[in-house]
Amino acid sequence: MTDKNNTDILCGLALLAVAGLFGWQVFSLPIGTATRMGPGYFPMVLSALLALLGVIILFKALRSPEPDEAKGPLAWRGMAFILPAPVFFGLTVRGLGFVPALFVTSLIAAFASGRMKVWQAVLLAALVTGFSTLVFSYALGLPFRRFGPWWPF
Amino acid sequence: MDLISNLALGFSVATSLENLVFCLIGVLLGTLIGVLPGIGATATIAMLLPITFQLEPVSSLIMLAGIYYGAQYGGSTTAILINMPGESSSAVTAIDGYQMARKGQAGAALAIAALGSFFAGTVSTFLVAVFAPPLTVVALKFGAAEYFSLMVLGLVMSIALAHGSVIKALAMVVLGLLLGMVGTDVYTGTPRFTFGITNYADGLNFVALAVGVFGIAEILRNLENEGDREVLTKKVGRLWPSRAQMREAFGPVLRGTGIGSVLGILPGGGAVLAAFASYTVEKRVSKNPREFGQGAIAGVAGPESANNAGAQTSFIPLLTLGIPANPVMALMIGAMIIQGIVPGPDVAVEQPRLFWGIIASMWIGNLMLVILNLPLIGLWVRLLQVPYFVLFPIIMAMCAVGVYSVASNTFDLYAVAGFGLLGYVMSRLRLEPAPLLLGFVLGPLMEENLRRAMILARGDATTFVTRPISATLLVLTVIVLVVVLLPAVRRGREEVFTESDG
Repeated sequence: MTDKNNTDILCGLALLAVAGLFGWQVFSLPIGTATRMGPGYFPMVLSALLALLGVIILFKALRSPEPDEAKGPLAWRGMAFILPAPVFFGLTVRGLGFVPALFVTSLIAAFASGRMKVWQAVLLAALVTGFSTLVFSYALGLPFRRFGPWWPF
Repeated sequence: MDLISNLALGFSVATSLENLVFCLIGVLLGTLIGVLPGIGATATIAMLLPITFQLEPVSSLIMLAGIYYGAQYGGSTTAILINMPGESSSAVTAIDGYQMARKGQAGAALAIAALGSFFAGTVSTFLVAVFAPPLTVVALKFGAAEYFSLMVLGLVMSIALAHGSVIKALAMVVLGLLLGMVGTDVYTGTPRFTFGITNYADGLNFVALAVGVFGIAEILRNLENEGDREVLTKKVGRLWPSRAQMREAFGPVLRGTGIGSVLGILPGGGAVLAAFASYTVEKRVSKNPREFGQGAIAGVAGPESANNAGAQTSFIPLLTLGIPANPVMALMIGAMIIQGIVPGPDVAVEQPRLFWGIIASMWIGNLMLVILNLPLIGLWVRLLQVPYFVLFPIIMAMCAVGVYSVASNTFDLYAVAGFGLLGYVMSRLRLEPAPLLLGFVLGPLMEENLRRAMILARGDATTFVTRPISATLLVLTVIVLVVVLLPAVRRGREEVFTESDG
């Protein structure tokens, strides 16, 4: 631990970066006047406000650092498997169809934990897929194609 | 009597077999997910939200209300049994509830929590029925300027009650407002912040945001340190509280109901405040305050009743003004908008079936909780022993299907991943997700009302302070901000929150 509150320094910088991103986008929008506000007016005010708050947090963290709290390790493995799962589902649900896309999605998510054994993951994914297909596709009648056009049959 | 005929209409809607079944399913699912450790009520509702969209509006909102009560009760169950409150409002319950559980009185604690909540729910449902209609009359007088000022007040109040740094919470509100701007501008049709992706022209999907920031971020947080989860070994004990315990709980339940009903109406998370306030009051009026923290029944009965009463009356601002009082209400608003209902004073007039149906179903949801959960406590306890690594693949699959089912838009699934990452980064930076969600829901409404008010006033910004209702609301906002930023109050807030964390 250093004597500075790294969390808040990072936090201030991150907010400034986000404010910058929105602010940069606002430039291409018509601002308008206070009477007839254009699409850029309110976002412009908000971006400026966000930047100001970011500066305050950064300033406070540098000036009067409070001790940083202890934190657990970053969930690298969790992020590596959990976040791609919905993306994969989005990429394949139309082509592969609901059933295979969901099976692989649950399988990917299952490996986010180091404790999951392969056979457990496969079994769990199969169960989840079967259950969801019954509930969402048959019982609720959602208009998903169970097997998509990427299959030869 | 208008009230009675209205309530009768509501009950006739809510007790149709179909709606009863949906309410039941909602309560069951809500408790099922809510009881899973580390998943709070907001995350539960966010994850289950998409399921309800397939139903017609009345049924869907009734089911959602069921999920809400179930999730809340599930949160109290984990708070009592394993000292893991999913939400700050049940953090207070954990203090004495867990101590009761350690003494082998978990059953009594759970039963008192359920019965107290039911009593509070009955009273406050009645209050909602009495006070919501006259308030809609007031609400109809609201113009654009008043709405804008009211939303400013609501957002500032939500900051005041958030955990941790006020400045950070304020930043999250602003970020939420900005995210709410993404999509096509309503006045001019100009796309904003879409980076040329036409799939985001209708704005970012609200469900994707809620599921990502609350649900997925929570899963990632739980994956940080797998393994140090306490496994429940204690016995639940006798379920029915003894007569002496019942008598001891009676006063706290009454007081908690009163406190909760009043505080719940306030915008900005009244239920949390209600639970804390009730705990403080009980500790002060108790003959033996030393018992508190050691398993005092009053410490469970009071806050649980206050919590539920507050949860109920927070429907008043939602139903009359269309302003969410807390993140859960923000989810409800999102659900209503997706169903094509614009929340606000017109709902009571134009859709009395919906309006009174929801009010009646609140009470039915509460009743079902008592009937269902007391006998099922054994089942919930067993669920607590399911290892976490089995749970989250299931939750992820449900999230993916759920979000996709809202609009069959694959880009919503990419947004979920993005928001999951955002939520996790936020939690690492100690930024609260609740103000972000409130800001996101209110963003478009706020901008629209601001622009309309300015057009109506011909660009004269003093319109916000010259109109009496609007001026009052803004003065209140300033008072709240000043109070929160005062050093003395800040210290008090920190004390309250650390007490709950301990």
